[in-house]
Amino acid sequence: MRFTKDHEWVVLEGDVATIGITAFAAEQLGDVVFVETPEVGKVFTAGDAFAVVESVKAASDVYAPISGEVVGANSVLGDAPETVNADPENGGWFAKLKVADSAQFDALMDRTAYEAFLATQ
Amino acid sequence: MPASMSQETLKTTPLHAAHMALGGRMVPFAGYELPVQYADGVMKEHLWTREHAGLFDVSHMGQARLRGVSPLSAFEEIVPGDFISLKPGRQKYSVLLNRQGGIIDDLMAGRPDDDGLFVVVNGACKDNDFAVMREEFAGQVEIERLEDRALLAIQGPEAAAALQAHVPGAAELVFMDVRTLTGFGADLIVSRSGYTGEDGYEISIPAEAAVQVWNTLLADERVRPIGLGARDSLRLEAGLPLYGHDLDESVSPIEAGLGFAVSKGRREARDFPGAARIAREVAEGPARVRVGLRVLEGAPAREGAEVSDAEGQIIGIVTSGGYSPCLKAGVALAFVPPAHAALGGQLKVIVRGKPQSAEVVKTPFVPHRYVRKL
Repeated sequence: MRFTKDHEWVVLEGDVATIGITAFAAEQLGDVVFVETPEVGKVFTAGDAFAVVESVKAASDVYAPISGEVVGANSVLGDAPETVNADPENGGWFAKLKVADSAQFDALMDRTAYEAFLATQ
Repeated sequence: MPASMSQETLKTTPLHAAHMALGGRMVPFAGYELPVQYADGVMKEHLWTREHAGLFDVSHMGQARLRGVSPLSAFEEIVPGDFISLKPGRQKYSVLLNRQGGIIDDLMAGRPDDDGLFVVVNGACKDNDFAVMREEFAGQVEIERLEDRALLAIQGPEAAAALQAHVPGAAELVFMDVRTLTGFGADLIVSRSGYTGEDGYEISIPAEAAVQVWNTLLADERVRPIGLGARDSLRLEAGLPLYGHDLDESVSPIEAGLGFAVSKGRREARDFPGAARIAREVAEGPARVRVGLRVLEGAPAREGAEVSDAEGQIIGIVTSGGYSPCLKAGVALAFVPPAHAALGGQLKVIVRGKPQSAEVVKTPFVPHRYVRKL
């Protein structure tokens, strides 16, 4: 699993990246009440806002950590957005992207680096 | 402004250290550093207030005494409500209006005792409000700002019991009563009011006693601290407009659904700032009105979201909106032309470019539970 400074996580299996927000991000947001996942077929460049997560208080963008085409979105979040809080780094995944360039994945932080980054926040 | 600069200039309330000790997540608000939430988070804090009692630090709000030979008459001249007839022990909601009938601020003014009028105004507006009043009063009324006093609100179905354990006199108050009372070893100004739709009190406290009152109330297991996030979602569910969002200098009290703050006699006499516009809007109807919307699908509609009719024509704008923890749905306050304001009307809210179905519903979204009779 790799991480961004915007608190997204990515798991890469073959050329498909599964993306979500980290436990730290979920805790910071508080109770998630709505998630807008991207449509299958849409293409994003790393850094694009590709999903929205909403708490009682506010709507926050989620950025694509890696470039690619959406090949799946987590339908569970439609009826159960609280899954993002309950299981942020597994069952609360947002979307799957077919990745063009796996070098982008390798450039992201590993867990040790991400935890070191969190300590500076 | 860089965050570091604004941080330096932010003011703090007498409870700042108490908020930090409780894990308050501090944010800038109305020139102060205040907690947006504590460890429980907005959702739990909101629901706790609806079921038990929430304690809020609202010390950023502006408190003042207005004194003079005839402060009630002088105050009545600058607002559209009746204040000469205000009975001792009662308070009223009112608005300061500009010459064009737009709202400079909304406020509470009451008579806790024989010492003139006690007013509470919004924190972000207070300096301007008191400058406007000073000019309008032209020396007839002295304004003493009570900057050495904190203000707490305790709200929720268990708030009355929690406060009355320490301030027995508070039990004699009904909604919109205000009294000078002794409690927690301090001189308090207590009103049975608030901005959540729940029963509860607002308590003005000498700054040096604020921490002790805060801690004493929190020692009651029915009472938990509540941040600005839940304060906003609670007032939204209660359908109460918020200055700077639903109300501003372009909005009239008639448009905002605050016609109750404009008395019939004053409307006819047209003897307050902006009276011509108010009279015209009462006679002909305003160009836009504030409505409640329930979002029927998709994301919550928030401030700034456009509102369209069923055909997609843009007709209005959301001025505050979000997720209602009690209704588990998006709710919003919006301004639309009166032709689209009928209850049950089907409209659309445009969220991130997507039109979503919304229905005009009555406000409050969650019923008020004020104690009007003992």
